[in-house]
Amino acid sequence: MKRTGAQIVWEVLTREGVDTVFGHPGGAILPVYDAMPAYPVRHILARHEQAAGHMADGYARVSGRVGVVTVTSGPAATNLVTALATAMMDSIPILAITGQVPTTLLGNDAFQETDVTGVTQAVTKHNYLVTDIRDLARVLREALYIAQSGRPGPVLVDICKDVLNDETDYEFPEKLDLPGYRPFAGVDMQAIEAAAELINQAQRPVIIAGHGVQMAHAENELRQLAEKAHIPVAMTLLGLGDIPETHPLSLGMCGMHGEARANKAIQASDVLIGIGMRFDDRVTGDLDAFAPHAKVIHIELDPAEINKNVPADVGILADAREALQALLPKVQPAEHREWMAQIEEWNRESQERDILNAEVDELIPPMIMRELWHVTQGDVIMVTDVGQHQMWEAQYFLHERPRQLLTSGGLGTMGYALPAAIGAHFAAPDETVWAVVGDGGFQMTIQELGTVMQEKVPVKIAIINNGFLGMVRQWQELFYEKNYAGTPILSPDYVKLAEAYGIPARLVTSQEDVSAVLKEAHEHPGPFLIEFQVKEEVNVYPMVEPGEAIDNLIRRRIVQGPSGLQPAW
Amino acid sequence: MTHDPSTFHKYTVVAWLEDKPGVLSRVLSLFRRRNFNIESLAVGHSERPGVSRLTFTVLGDDRMVEQAIKQLDKLVNVLRVEDITHKPAVRREMALIRVKVNAQTRPEVMQLVDIYRAHIIDVSMDSLVVQAVGNEERLNSLIDLLSNFPITEMVRTGPVAMTRGAAGKNGNGKHARRMAL
Repeated sequence: MKRTGAQIVWEVLTREGVDTVFGHPGGAILPVYDAMPAYPVRHILARHEQAAGHMADGYARVSGRVGVVTVTSGPAATNLVTALATAMMDSIPILAITGQVPTTLLGNDAFQETDVTGVTQAVTKHNYLVTDIRDLARVLREALYIAQSGRPGPVLVDICKDVLNDETDYEFPEKLDLPGYRPFAGVDMQAIEAAAELINQAQRPVIIAGHGVQMAHAENELRQLAEKAHIPVAMTLLGLGDIPETHPLSLGMCGMHGEARANKAIQASDVLIGIGMRFDDRVTGDLDAFAPHAKVIHIELDPAEINKNVPADVGILADAREALQALLPKVQPAEHREWMAQIEEWNRESQERDILNAEVDELIPPMIMRELWHVTQGDVIMVTDVGQHQMWEAQYFLHERPRQLLTSGGLGTMGYALPAAIGAHFAAPDETVWAVVGDGGFQMTIQELGTVMQEKVPVKIAIINNGFLGMVRQWQELFYEKNYAGTPILSPDYVKLAEAYGIPARLVTSQEDVSAVLKEAHEHPGPFLIEFQVKEEVNVYPMVEPGEAIDNLIRRRIVQGPSGLQPAW
Repeated sequence: MTHDPSTFHKYTVVAWLEDKPGVLSRVLSLFRRRNFNIESLAVGHSERPGVSRLTFTVLGDDRMVEQAIKQLDKLVNVLRVEDITHKPAVRREMALIRVKVNAQTRPEVMQLVDIYRAHIIDVSMDSLVVQAVGNEERLNSLIDLLSNFPITEMVRTGPVAMTRGAAGKNGNGKHARRMAL
């Protein structure tokens, strides 16, 4: 049957199950928009292409399917770059379709022309420039396959406008031919045996579970392994929820702002099992001092991650679920009482320093995060931006399940939360989605309140406003002698702003109001915005200074006050 | 784990690439952004239509080269990568060298060229163009000698390499990706 290039785009996408796309139209992509209404696809109009990309990202993280974003050439495509880089670092499957100037103008510096495949080469898993309609269907099919197979990632397809207008005989390409792409590795049983032997002999084992556990749906196997062999589980930021944080074997988050017990356990471990994670510098701190006594088992799908940062004594190149299924029967039941008692001792020390257990009468963010967990009973999708609030959420909201927390872990993209939360809603319309943002990051993609309004997205927005780019200010306080250059930031009246978009909003300035307003927002059927004006100079603790060993922690100082223990601000 | 430059040495790696637009750019961009220390790079057709063969030498330690190979292998258009540093292989490089000569020095240069089994492929009154093929050390030694005359222009291709013995694999085979334990 005859189809135009633009029709082929929708033929392939809908055939592959795509029913929601995020985007922003413009000149070179117009044929795609013109053909769209004839297909069963919902289009969400973003106010900025970066945000459209984050929406596709949020959609992908929650649904586990490819998030699709369609934008035009030139500035639209360059605006998309940050969203692609975010997805690349966190292994999120995205298909980005960009319009390009006609083939006759390629390389001519035509209006709205950018070398998009050149620009996005380093921030995509793969990309294509389509200059011939006969390649189009195959390329789109390959792009969707590459985005979601193996270690997922963003794939971009740049299509010249004349290709979109051309017509050809269309047939869905049933066969894929990608001789250089081998995303699947079989489980190496010899490596499994070697790993089991190490685990069975371990006295002080620790698991570090990452994002790969969630993507492989390996949470049950992870839990079985932890329980059977009695191994405590530390999680990376993107791994939070791999095992419920209320589980007795959960150590919570590890790394730069990780729990002291998690970092200390890793450092003291004799066998360290990394599962679906990549030993990022925010996790390991000083590599030469990292887990000095540990034999390292590394289960990872991407061969390039094994031995990249931490040399593996046993590398298992496999999908986390398949590897754990093979490993489980080889692992003997064990009990590590002394080890768990030691960890409990570290935990007790931390509890004494916890700001939630101190006397504080001002409004502080950790308390808001814990209250949010109480009010929502932990049964929500949390989307955080980047900075102090992101770490407080990671520490004080107790994540129960995979794909419950969406955050820009690898790239640290401010402005991520609001658009990603919008995308998350379209992937799980029956769930409540909370976007927790700082006053800095929120102002980077604040325009997406327009999308919330137009699409009636019932997202709950909690702004933690401390009048600073807080995490940068914390570094200035600790490492630059409180030279607060460029970090104080003013905010608009968020309540009025929300009202201008038709979104109900509240301002909270004291502790006593937190619970009631969170409850009001949570129970409100539509979107809701809360501005929390919090104490300005509060730091995220514990903290590991960049380049230090992860058990060399900067802790909060707690002092005896008139009515109990108080933080020394 | 950090890397100690005093332990670095040179590795020779061969990669088979799909002959498609932009593939070389992907490879080069990867080398640049991963901070790999590439010494030389030679690319051309292989025995299979549509498959190019790239030989490169890289300076580093075992783990750095393992990274370079694995990252390269992840590129969708890269069919196969093989580290032949420690394999029996022939390595050859070609150089074209223009040497300034006069009536007195010309025979001397021609003699050197003979000893090195190189060829003179262009002659003018005041210069000769020498074509030399050999392994890197051999070329270095010839260039060293010729530079006394002196050399006014030179181009080297960078080494290409092929393992010795029976038929090598072509770029179509899936190579086993067992991790080193």
